[in-house]
Amino acid sequence: MKLLQQSMDPNQKRAKAVDRVDSVDTGVASFDSTRMCPFPDEVLERVLSLIDSHKDRSSVSLVCKDWYNAERWSRRHVFIGNCYSVSPEIVAARFPRIRSVTLKGKPRFSDFNLVPEYWGADVHPWLSVFATAYPFLEELRLKRMAVSDESLEFLATNFQGFKALSLLSCDGFSTDGLKAIATHCKNLTELDIHENGMDDLGGHWLNCFPESLTTLQVLNFASLNSEVSFESLEKLISRNKSLRVLKVNRNISLDQLQKLLLQAPQLSELGTGTFMQELISCPITDLKTTFSNCKNLVTISGLWDATSLYLPVIYPACVNLTFLNLSYATLRSGELSNLLQHCKSLRRLWLLDTVGDKGLEAVGAHCPLLEELRVFPADPFDQEVFLGVTESGFVSVSEGCPKLRYVLYFCRQMTNAAVATIARNCPDFTHFRLCIMNPGQPDYLTKQPMDEAFGSIVKTCPNLQRLAVSGQLTDRTFEYIGKYSKKLETLSVAFAGSSDLGMEYVLGGCPKLRKLEIRDCPFGNGALLSGLTKYESMRSLWMSACNVTMNGCKVLAKERPRLNVEVMKDEGGDGSEAHKVYVYRTVAGPRRDAPPFVLTL
Amino acid sequence: MSSPRLGIQGAINIPGNTSFPGSTSSMESNFQKTPNLTERNYLGFSDCSSVDSSSNVSTISEVNKNSLNLKATELRLGLPGSQSPERDQQNTLTSSEQLDEKPLFPLLPSQKIVVSGHKRVFTDTMDSCSETNGVISSQEPSTIKASVPINKVNSNPPVSKAQLVGWPPVRSSRKNILASSKNNEEVDGKPGPGALFVKVSMDGAPYLRKVDLRGYSTYQQLSSALEKMFSCFTIGQCGSQGGPGRGSLSESKLRDLLHGSEYVVTYEDKDGDWMLMGDVPWDMFIGSCKRLKIMKGSDAIGLAPRASEKSNNRN
Repeated sequence: MKLLQQSMDPNQKRAKAVDRVDSVDTGVASFDSTRMCPFPDEVLERVLSLIDSHKDRSSVSLVCKDWYNAERWSRRHVFIGNCYSVSPEIVAARFPRIRSVTLKGKPRFSDFNLVPEYWGADVHPWLSVFATAYPFLEELRLKRMAVSDESLEFLATNFQGFKALSLLSCDGFSTDGLKAIATHCKNLTELDIHENGMDDLGGHWLNCFPESLTTLQVLNFASLNSEVSFESLEKLISRNKSLRVLKVNRNISLDQLQKLLLQAPQLSELGTGTFMQELISCPITDLKTTFSNCKNLVTISGLWDATSLYLPVIYPACVNLTFLNLSYATLRSGELSNLLQHCKSLRRLWLLDTVGDKGLEAVGAHCPLLEELRVFPADPFDQEVFLGVTESGFVSVSEGCPKLRYVLYFCRQMTNAAVATIARNCPDFTHFRLCIMNPGQPDYLTKQPMDEAFGSIVKTCPNLQRLAVSGQLTDRTFEYIGKYSKKLETLSVAFAGSSDLGMEYVLGGCPKLRKLEIRDCPFGNGALLSGLTKYESMRSLWMSACNVTMNGCKVLAKERPRLNVEVMKDEGGDGSEAHKVYVYRTVAGPRRDAPPFVLTL
Repeated sequence: MSSPRLGIQGAINIPGNTSFPGSTSSMESNFQKTPNLTERNYLGFSDCSSVDSSSNVSTISEVNKNSLNLKATELRLGLPGSQSPERDQQNTLTSSEQLDEKPLFPLLPSQKIVVSGHKRVFTDTMDSCSETNGVISSQEPSTIKASVPINKVNSNPPVSKAQLVGWPPVRSSRKNILASSKNNEEVDGKPGPGALFVKVSMDGAPYLRKVDLRGYSTYQQLSSALEKMFSCFTIGQCGSQGGPGRGSLSESKLRDLLHGSEYVVTYEDKDGDWMLMGDVPWDMFIGSCKRLKIMKGSDAIGLAPRASEKSNNRN
């Protein structure tokens, strides 16, 4: 059954899975016409077409050859977690009827500038193959891919029925590419542009939507800086009555927002523009009424510059809100508290640490259903004198919100005792990401390492899937992680550990580990090679600024030919250090598009 | 011991903070205890000189030699007055414990891309930080005395954390939120509803501080905060004048020092005039205050005689 486990992830080794199914005689597989499977193909396909989860589909495909075929013909959406784990040709060969593709490229640390430019993850080779294989492609969702304007134009002009484009953390394109999409995609339902490294050459792309376009459901341009023509936007909104998600950028004023909302009261997700205006032409009560007329609103974001002056206009809508994203609003505790009193149904809340511990007390007091909390640092580089939030704020939330599952918390001080309390209060954690912003900082009261903090999390929270650690940590932390976290899939480590043992503990335990990303830790070749048998069951491993050398990587590459072991060369240095190492399993062999600074061993 | 934010607690009246032992005595002992600053990169590798040979770097090594004389104004990375983890003098990285005592980051002026053979790369994060620095610097004409090189470094907002590539792991879209909202306030010409940080200078202090005026609602609160913030310098003065020993200085004595004939708090208003703090209603004050200055009574000619009256009237 190890076979099945290894091949469970659909984006890995699809071709190999075929081989394996053939070679394993389970008694169910049949090569001749005598079928063990009682259903005709059509029925099987029909039934399987109802299965959406790609993990389930992967399991289905391994049952027998008939099921494998039925599954591949009925699959409409393919999810590829690492674009280099498989080639577009292999995907197209296996799945002939895909309508929707999700593709992820660069390692996650590229979000923080750890991956040099031109590393790869170009979407164009995929689009070229898809143009012939999936001319009826409707949806494309890209994360951390390199996307050029030419690619966007290619997409817009080669796929007639194209409907939905989502670009998250991508780079390499400009608003010109968006123009192409707006111009040519006659049936567009979704344009979701979020936090990309793109060139914003102006807001004219919005004018490129044709008058005939009436199918838009999702429009998100919140992270674009240039002003768009409000007139065009208003007209676009008014004729697209199916619009349910609208996220505008900061340039849209409150007055303009008022007009937009009058046109689109059916919205379920709204990202506002700036929430501060010197002179507002309509009375505030009008704004409030407008918001109360948006009966379907469950998500509000944006809210730049929001203060107690205009925040109350959203109070009528707050009663139904399940997700409130205040991570761009520099609110203080009082303003937050007043707001949250109206938000009893909140499930997800994103904040800036300007709210302080007092603000977090308000969260604990007013949001008992809260499942997700993210607290971002307003001032990550200590430009101002600003404490932010501390351990006591986190504890307050945990006391009031026992259903917390997902936490991302940036702070400047933490204690082991506080985290232990938090774990006791919220045993349902699935995602625990704690970032103590000063690297290697111990428990500020006891001066002890933060080992016991993360120990208490992994011991108390059996469902933990994702963990990010920080602070001063010895190998003990990793001993705990390896021993107790049975469901851990993603682990992020920075400035931690004492020796190779740390990494070895993790690789020796954590049976479900898929993604391991490590930076600035004292783990060397011994640690790297201790995972020899594990890496093929994982999506990827990232190690940067550790003690790994080229020789260690070469050994790994030699022992495991089905892994790509990529080393990014550092300028200077003596060449024996492996400064940045990225290891991932693949059925596509070594990259053909690797830039000169990426060495595949 | 106390939190790393020791020196800050008195200054920022963030509601809900648990009481921190912000006593002046512990702050002094921090300064006394701290070993000399040695230049090192964040992994503790010894050789940093290959990275950059700008004049500031050589300045820093001069500072190292002189740091014995500058305990009270000790070069701190991150926040002024913040307490760093215990630092080891050795630069070796062999033992694992060394690595755990992560030294703070080397002080280098904000730069563009610098790639070194060591495990340290400065990339685009610096750009975004430089932008922020640029934003802040443009509002702050430097007034610090240049006698001690430390001033040059501390006059810019501490850039040390920004020099660590990709840390904290915050996306670039989130890096300048505070700066950009502050900008909006300045541009409007009146304080916006967010934070309102103004510089506070004190005669004789080698570096300035910043306080958020919106963190307070009365002059009394602000005064107390300023007392706590600048008490170290006050004590130094007092000690050199043969005053009581450090340990026995009480808050009331500090208050007397600040509100008595020794010091007055003045502010520069929108018109550029220096005004005595306390005359106008609080809201009007924060609407017009651009920066604060704690002057010696002897300098505040014409204002000083009223200072003691003012301190009585302030409550």
